[in-house]
Amino acid sequence: MKTEPELAASDRIVDPSLTVPGVTATISGMILDPPRPKLWLLGFAIGFLLVLALLAAVSWLFIRGIGIWGLNVPIAWGFAIVNFVWWIGIGHAGTFISAILFLLHQSWRTSINRFTEAMTLFAVACAGLYPLLHLGRPAYFYWLLPYPDTMGLWPQFRSPLVWDVFAVSTYACVSLLFWYVGLLPDLATMRDKAPSLLGRRMYGVLALGWRGDGRHWSHYEKLYVILAGLATPLVVSVHSIVGLDFAVAILPGWHSTIFPPYFVGGAIFSGFAMVLTLVIPLRAMYGLKGLITARHLELMAMVLLATGSVVAYGYFSEFFTAWWSGDEFEKFVNANRALGPYAPAFWTMLACNVLVPQLFWSRRLRRSVPVLFVGALLVNVGMWLERFVIVVTSLHRDYLPSSWGMYIPTFWDWTTFAGTLGLFLSLIFLFVRLLPAIAMSEVRSLVFRKGKVS
Amino acid sequence: MKPAHGLLAGFASPEKFIAALKRVKAAGYTRCETYLPFALPEALEFSADAHSPVPKAMAIGGLLSGLGAYFMQYYAAHDYPLNVGGRPLNSWPSFVPITFELTVLGSALSGLLAFFWIARFPRLDHPVFDDPRFIRASSDRFFLCIRSDDPLFADPQTRRFMADLAAESIAEVPS
Repeated sequence: MKTEPELAASDRIVDPSLTVPGVTATISGMILDPPRPKLWLLGFAIGFLLVLALLAAVSWLFIRGIGIWGLNVPIAWGFAIVNFVWWIGIGHAGTFISAILFLLHQSWRTSINRFTEAMTLFAVACAGLYPLLHLGRPAYFYWLLPYPDTMGLWPQFRSPLVWDVFAVSTYACVSLLFWYVGLLPDLATMRDKAPSLLGRRMYGVLALGWRGDGRHWSHYEKLYVILAGLATPLVVSVHSIVGLDFAVAILPGWHSTIFPPYFVGGAIFSGFAMVLTLVIPLRAMYGLKGLITARHLELMAMVLLATGSVVAYGYFSEFFTAWWSGDEFEKFVNANRALGPYAPAFWTMLACNVLVPQLFWSRRLRRSVPVLFVGALLVNVGMWLERFVIVVTSLHRDYLPSSWGMYIPTFWDWTTFAGTLGLFLSLIFLFVRLLPAIAMSEVRSLVFRKGKVS
Repeated sequence: MKPAHGLLAGFASPEKFIAALKRVKAAGYTRCETYLPFALPEALEFSADAHSPVPKAMAIGGLLSGLGAYFMQYYAAHDYPLNVGGRPLNSWPSFVPITFELTVLGSALSGLLAFFWIARFPRLDHPVFDDPRFIRASSDRFFLCIRSDDPLFADPQTRRFMADLAAESIAEVPS
């Protein structure tokens, strides 16, 4: 491996002209003296309007019940499950970047990990809404939890749907904890930099009194590395369990052992696409090209290519297994995906998830920001369609033709989906406005180490 | 009047700071505090405790939480028995995922609590915060405090020793 000074300027993961005080000033400046406040306000306003639409959609849902969605037998899992799986998958890239790349000593993760961890939290929040809204009687959500029930009942611990409750809530808690622990030193910086008394108090309370004591740092580093070690199998388990929600059912097209690994690959694939979708405008808006460099974008494109190949293998394996099994129903479901009423969704999915990542074999295209941005958007669409195809096509053709049906999303399905996009966007905008979006203490250490090498 | 908390020296460069820590160690001071804006491995070597309770707490917390999770599922299966084709009630393979998830959750929470306990967090007030220079400890300054309760601490001598460490500034921190 080349040492840093031998690398071309475009291969560096931090701009060599950055200094330790410069890093602090640039990152805290995003909050204390935000550039382009009008652009921020516009983005937040769009997100917030969609949040209001979400409130309307959820209120109407509570009044009328889930009949306002296009759900009916045989398709009882519509947008609610499609969007749940899509959102939770997006979250996985954040944990992958912050935990797995940390354990692998990939120092390029340092300037994007904070932002992507926040993305994870917000995506999990959006994901968590759907199963609750889909319950029909959301007020009784606590029936999913083990609690002293007067009727002596327990949740069915043998069901993947109950595993999901534990997996997603553990994932949300551990991601929040990991993110907050990482934030502590930076909250202390904000406490010391904030110009107003209110700001100092708010950041001060959140920083819990962090003062950068060397003793604390040494315990802190142990905590951080073990949390990363815990988050690594956790992230794999969460989407595996989501995969098992499908695989344990005996439905053709779902009942397959490839599901857990194929879902994990797809989750990281869609998550990296979302990271690129968010990071490209962010670095332009805040002038962060010295911290989130062309090299970062290129490395993320490589991850897209690698995980995209896992997804492509998953598609291939599904078709091969259906053919090899000789099972009439499996063969029918796969033929119906490609040629049935939802064929356009299937072919668009293949184009977005299998063809688009092939662009990133080319170094020139990996380094082209517009190509990356459009490619990432298409992968987002493709991965959403993948979940749509999995959920809807397996359900809409039941074993008996008399039970066949069609799922057509209603206005409220779309409004709820747009609403969660708005919730996600609003939370991201609030986050970059109020908290350091790049881990200052970690970048300081990176800049210091790189400075010593050259 | 209460004795001062100690003498606080500020350094602008990490290299000088590390060199100073080496000399402080050689001089035999034992009750020192270091303050760094980022985790500098050489400085952490100087100030780290011999043992950290964090890994142990995480192991024990995770183990107890995992055992508890398994027991909960085992108990539930026997408290409300469901005969599924004569299969054993203790169907352990399907109890693995929840046991794993709660192990991770218990371990992470125990680690956080152990860290808070050892760092005495939340502690919003500390004598060093009263020093006006300390505001830069969280961005680009490194601080070394030789505490007044150090057995070798004696005001004029220690102050002279610290003046020799190439520090940017030295001042007493009242307790």
